[in-house]
Amino acid sequence: MAETAPASNGAQPALVAEDIHKSFGDLEVLKGVSITAHEGDVIAVLGSSGSGKSTFLRCVNLLETPNAGTITVSGETIRLKPDGRGGLAAEDPRQIQRIRTRLAMVFQGFNLWSHMTALENVIEAPVHVLKVPKAEAVERAEAILEKVGVYEHRSYYPAHMSGGQQQRVAIARALAMEPAVMLFDEPTSALDPELVGEVLRVIRKLAEEGRTMIVVTHEMGFAREVSSETIFLHQGRIEEQGPPQQVFQTQRSDRFRQFLAGNLK
Amino acid sequence: MFDLQGYGELVLKGFGLTVAVALLSLAISTLLGMIGAVAKLSKSRVARTIAGVYTTIIRGVPDLVLMLLIFFGGQMLVNDIGDWMGWEYIDISPFIAGTLTIGFIFGAYMTETFRGAILAVPRGEIEAGHAYGMTGPQTFFRITLPAMVRHALPSFGNNWLVLAKTTALVSVIGLHDMVYNAGAAGFTVKKPFTFYLLAAGLFLVITATSDIALRWTNKRYSSGVRKA
Ligand SMILES: Nc1ncnc2c1ncn2[C@@H]1O[C@H](COP(=O)(O)OP(=O)(O)OP(=O)(O)O)[C@@H](O)[C@H]1O
Ligand SMILES: [Mg+2]
Repeated sequence: MAETAPASNGAQPALVAEDIHKSFGDLEVLKGVSITAHEGDVIAVLGSSGSGKSTFLRCVNLLETPNAGTITVSGETIRLKPDGRGGLAAEDPRQIQRIRTRLAMVFQGFNLWSHMTALENVIEAPVHVLKVPKAEAVERAEAILEKVGVYEHRSYYPAHMSGGQQQRVAIARALAMEPAVMLFDEPTSALDPELVGEVLRVIRKLAEEGRTMIVVTHEMGFAREVSSETIFLHQGRIEEQGPPQQVFQTQRSDRFRQFLAGNLK
Repeated sequence: MFDLQGYGELVLKGFGLTVAVALLSLAISTLLGMIGAVAKLSKSRVARTIAGVYTTIIRGVPDLVLMLLIFFGGQMLVNDIGDWMGWEYIDISPFIAGTLTIGFIFGAYMTETFRGAILAVPRGEIEAGHAYGMTGPQTFFRITLPAMVRHALPSFGNNWLVLAKTTALVSVIGLHDMVYNAGAAGFTVKKPFTFYLLAAGLFLVITATSDIALRWTNKRYSSGVRKA
């Protein structure tokens, strides 16, 4: 089951984030960011350091609570209520937990559970959150580990693996949830240059399978070749948005041109 | 010198009691330490304050004084409640008082131990728990707790060794532990040195055994860390 991407029914978008605002104290990090990911979309999010890319992803799965905005996953809107301090709070924690299982996150620093082996990391949430029978979860996890090329390392602890292997295990952990949308926060930024390729190849393969993904990245080549939509975030606002060919060719905003000049080598 | 004149058995009986007091106190202190650590790290100001007062008091008052306070204070409290409820006179058991006191004292040290250990668990691992749909308690019991063990073990082990030795204090409230019995036997046969030496040897047995157990546990819990 984990081998195939969910079939597109074309009806409702996998993810809609509308007018997301987020402040930390006086610092307004997101000033109204909206995206829509239809099934099979790969949205690349670009932007310089501090532009709010991570904050946006974290708002999408409610690791940060936005100050305003709505998030809808496969047609289900997260119910938020005023928290009495000018922000929002989750109305029903169980809904958040359920929605999070539909949005699997891959972190820049892998964040694998260090006291668990690769296999244990991959079956943990399916078994304990989704309540999949253990034998079934193991079988599926092994297939996924095989697919991302770390099956031989299934009984290794994270500390005994390279960064590239750890990130592939983290991707396997995300895949095991059979999520509606995968969220990647700079999945290759913490890797030694020679390990970036192996992780990008895996993500590219997932894109080709038609998985819905939002990928925050500094890899311009990847954004250009793999994404169906590229977004450039600057100081909490979307400055460029569109198919990558168009965005990279027209380069409407000066900011984006400057950003590319600093990033394209 | 090592003729125990039949009193060896008495000391061994005390040894059993000492071990029982130590293990029970360890369980209590571990529980209190866990609660204290979670309270100290909680968002609730009330919880943080209570935990702070608790550890401050324990750090500031000698163990012996605390022991006597809890023993006599507990007796007074039981008497008052007894009068009020119309019970017969109830003697507070030195075993319970002693075990509770030691558990209470070391709960404060465990609080610091566990607090540090929880803080040593990478934030990202806990966050990943939340991100994958775990509830708060699930994240705590499946991620934070097992991940903190290896950080807690060295200090936990140290607390245990000190705790085991501190059980000697229960003899002052009349509990017939190993130290009390060794003293009594030594006094009867006029060989206090021999009997206290025996008690010292038996304490060493406890601590040496613990050292082995701790080293084994440590190895088990650092399997995810050290290079195989
Ligand atoms: N929890 C927080 N508390 C206060 N400020 C925060 C917090 N998280 C992020 N910020 C601030 O919000 C801004 C945006 O941060 P964010 O991590 O979203 O940027 P980013 O685009 O992901 O950058 P990078 O490329 O460096 O990862 C930064 O100025 C950062 O300091
Ligand atoms: Mg970031």
